[in-house]
Amino acid sequence: MSSEPRISCRHLWKVFCADAADTLEAARRAATGDTGAVARVMREQGCVPAACDVSFDVHPGEIFVIMGLSGSGKSTVVRCLSRLVEPTAGEVLIDGQNILKLSESELIELRRHRMGMVFQNFGLMPHMTVLENVAYPLRVQSVGRAERIDRAIETIEMVGLAGRENSYPRELSGGMQQRVGIARSLAVKPDVWFLDEPFSALDPLIRRQMQDEFLRLQALLQKSIVFITHDFLEALRLADRIAIMRGGQVVQIGTAAELVLNPADSYVADFTREVPREKIITARDILEPVVGAVDAGDNVSEDETLDVLLQRFCGRREPLQIMNQSGVIIGRVTLDGALGALRRTS
Amino acid sequence: MHNFPSEQLRRPTGVPWARLALVAGGALLILGAAKAGMVGAAPSTALVPLADWLTAALSWFADIFKGVFRALSTLLAWPLNQFRTALQSLPWPTVVLLAASIGYLAGGARLALFCAFTFLYIVVTGLWEPSAVTLALIAVAVPLSVVVALLLGIAAFRWPSVWRLLQPLLDLMQTIPTLAYLLPILALFGIGPMVAVVASAIYAIPPMVRALVHGLQRVSPEIVESGLMAGSNRKQLLAWVLIPSAMPTILLGLNQTIMAGLSMVVIASMVGGVSDIGIEVFQTMKQAKFGHSIVAGLVIALLAMTMDRVSRGFAGRSNNSFEAGRAAAVVAFLVIGVASIAAAWVVPALRFYPEEWVVRPAPHLDAALDWFTVVSFPVTSALKTYTTYFVLLPLKTGLSQAVRPSVWGIEMSPAVTYVYISAVSLGCLFFLLARRWALALGLGVLAVYYYFGTVGTPWLFTIAVLTAVGGWVGGRRVALVALLGMLFILLTGSWESAMVSLEITAVGVALSVLLGSAIGIWAALNDRVSAIIVRPICDTLQTMPIFVFLIPAVMVFLVGEFTALVAVVLYAIVPPIRYGELGIRNVPGELTEAARMMGVTRWQMLWQVQLPIALPEIALGVNQAVMMALSMVVIASLVGAPGLGQDVLIALSQGDSGRGLVAGLSISALAIVFDRIIQSWSAERKRALGL
Repeated sequence: MSSEPRISCRHLWKVFCADAADTLEAARRAATGDTGAVARVMREQGCVPAACDVSFDVHPGEIFVIMGLSGSGKSTVVRCLSRLVEPTAGEVLIDGQNILKLSESELIELRRHRMGMVFQNFGLMPHMTVLENVAYPLRVQSVGRAERIDRAIETIEMVGLAGRENSYPRELSGGMQQRVGIARSLAVKPDVWFLDEPFSALDPLIRRQMQDEFLRLQALLQKSIVFITHDFLEALRLADRIAIMRGGQVVQIGTAAELVLNPADSYVADFTREVPREKIITARDILEPVVGAVDAGDNVSEDETLDVLLQRFCGRREPLQIMNQSGVIIGRVTLDGALGALRRTS
Repeated sequence: MHNFPSEQLRRPTGVPWARLALVAGGALLILGAAKAGMVGAAPSTALVPLADWLTAALSWFADIFKGVFRALSTLLAWPLNQFRTALQSLPWPTVVLLAASIGYLAGGARLALFCAFTFLYIVVTGLWEPSAVTLALIAVAVPLSVVVALLLGIAAFRWPSVWRLLQPLLDLMQTIPTLAYLLPILALFGIGPMVAVVASAIYAIPPMVRALVHGLQRVSPEIVESGLMAGSNRKQLLAWVLIPSAMPTILLGLNQTIMAGLSMVVIASMVGGVSDIGIEVFQTMKQAKFGHSIVAGLVIALLAMTMDRVSRGFAGRSNNSFEAGRAAAVVAFLVIGVASIAAAWVVPALRFYPEEWVVRPAPHLDAALDWFTVVSFPVTSALKTYTTYFVLLPLKTGLSQAVRPSVWGIEMSPAVTYVYISAVSLGCLFFLLARRWALALGLGVLAVYYYFGTVGTPWLFTIAVLTAVGGWVGGRRVALVALLGMLFILLTGSWESAMVSLEITAVGVALSVLLGSAIGIWAALNDRVSAIIVRPICDTLQTMPIFVFLIPAVMVFLVGEFTALVAVVLYAIVPPIRYGELGIRNVPGELTEAARMMGVTRWQMLWQVQLPIALPEIALGVNQAVMMALSMVVIASLVGAPGLGQDVLIALSQGDSGRGLVAGLSISALAIVFDRIIQSWSAERKRALGL
């Protein structure tokens, strides 16, 4: 990715305690270097370091998933990005602008026009209809009544809820309520989209449908997304890149295949253990670069997954030639290489 | 709360003998020192002349700010007079129709009928004029409370430090009897209806503030965050997100505020010299014209029920949009209303309810009551005598004073005393051997009080017991509250009165808890009993203004301490019933199913499974009963019950505002001490049970 990052989170800390900033300063001086050591010092003083030196970039149009178990600090991080939670230290840049320096009214402007957020338990206003809920972000900006109804209806139709405009949230199923939440977060056409465990409260079947719906919308809208989940398989399905968090720290950032092939530690490896590797690893991830190879005619695209490659090895021993999108051969995959990628790293 | 076996659920791992011995030794030491005259009696005059200081401060304050308050009084008198004149000059059919329309809008045809019945009753018994005054007073007092409560509540929500400051103040406003601060209000606002308005407005503020703050605090964080992410600024967030989301809770608070306002208006107007319906009841009661009291008291009761149902009806409807049918109904009602006014201009009998149409059931009621009194006299007098001599008197002055050969047939000779002590010791030993050491302690303390009486027990002992219990159930903070509260009572010279009030309260609460819990458990185990008998009665009793409970008690038992006891029990019985039923019903179904699968009998189920789990909830009912009993103790002094309430009334009649406030604050102190102790026990117990 060569473009400038849309969101850039640099050395972000969030510590829950009285005098958090001073405590963090003191802890940094007391413990040398290692982030984990600083966090430990603060825990000993009864503070809760929920986000420790978190850094990552999200590029335009990218789905960036933060995955972690409960208490890992992932919800805190996403709230720091919008300053729903005030970070203790660090920087959050949106298109190069540090939002931690914004005044309250500038922050409100930012939220009104550039950000949308979806919540785990939907966060719908019980006293408003579907239409009023979706139109609410427009109402706070004093958009005229007729226009905001038009725009809200347009968004409601986009998420497939046409006809339910005048229902109250309590009259809808969970899946439908979250569609309202999604519509509301998209009503102002933001370019930054935060989703905090949006499908965790839904039944498995509905969750699957909503994930497809989410991918469909993203293909259409190309937002820059930070998506929070505790479900590793969900992360694999949706993410361009994944950050794994544990105890407030980012353990590893990478694509699904990178995490599966090269887990940073046993914690990450534990998550990847039950994963269908043959469906995640692609030719690109395991090819051996070759220079000046001769085109034999039966090339394989670099996007093919491992299970396709293995089928191609039926009745042949010689390596497969791998080509990129423009048809240029960039490397090869041997049978040993393919079988090796299937084996789990312990 | 010694009568609750709080250790029941823990595996009895042993008795803390050393600590128990220490406690018992300490108790005996205090009692011994008192007997030897080393502790001394509680001071009957104030060691700290707080009353004088308060009087001086109040008169200084009144001198400076009287002008402001008088102006405020004039300002508030304007809408009051408008309301009163408007209500009183409306033709009576219009009044009834108006009430019916409001009832219809709030809750449909049934409520409309009920409202019409209420106002028809008022008109037909010829009590419309005083009732209109009461309604006008409420119409000014309640909006006043609501406005103040909104400002306080929003400030408290916004700034946590304001909330911390406000909470004890709200406790005080709710527990200090209105009668205690009538005099300062009188001094500031001048004689007139404003005293009633301001006094009841003060009393009615706390429930609304609490509802508002709790409602706002309980709005789900996700809803707040989604409002913020939409880009709401503070005002938008408050007006469009927070307050609407909290509306159901806020409206419940409004309902409580209205009921509190009504409850106090009928009491407070006694001083203001306003001839409202409360005065009607009070004066007829004083003259022993009980038939009249019942007729007028029924007006208060009916008004209370009407207002409760109407405000609840509107609260329940708040979430729905305006239905087309209701708009049509409003138009229809307007047309009928105008028509009725027009008709009243033509037919004078429709304008003012003719005197000769008034139905006067009072004489018949009097006759019936006389008959009942004569017939039931053997029972009622026996009840009164036995309770007074065998329960109330011993608990107040102690067995040592109360046991007389004329009543008990024995004398409290050293031998009898010895037998008493041995019996109590045996009981304690029994509990100790059963490893129920908390019960043993409870029995010991109870025995001390039954022997010396609440008044006769050395003050040091009482303070030590309450502080120790506070520390035991709630840690250092609660112990400190108990200590300071009781010291306040001691140092301001209200000890003896407070102990008299405590005695009636204790007996009243014990009786209402025993009776109420039994009824509550019965209702919990029997759906039909609950739905057909218990709940409707509780609902009705709960809306009754405190004043109404005095009427039947005085009617049957005339004035005196026993009457106060009856009124206390009548008034305070609802919370134990409610919480008893709630506690039993809230026992998780899995638990009772598991117990049933083990083959427990119904009794075992109740005693070993349901009651222990329900105890913390029942304790909350006890807590409310204590609060209500204390407030009834003051009201009951109006008909001659002794204690702190009497002090308040005497101060009121002598115009000694400081003295009245101090006695009132002593009641607050008692209420807050018991509230903190019981609440922290219940919270701790719930935590231990993982509820």
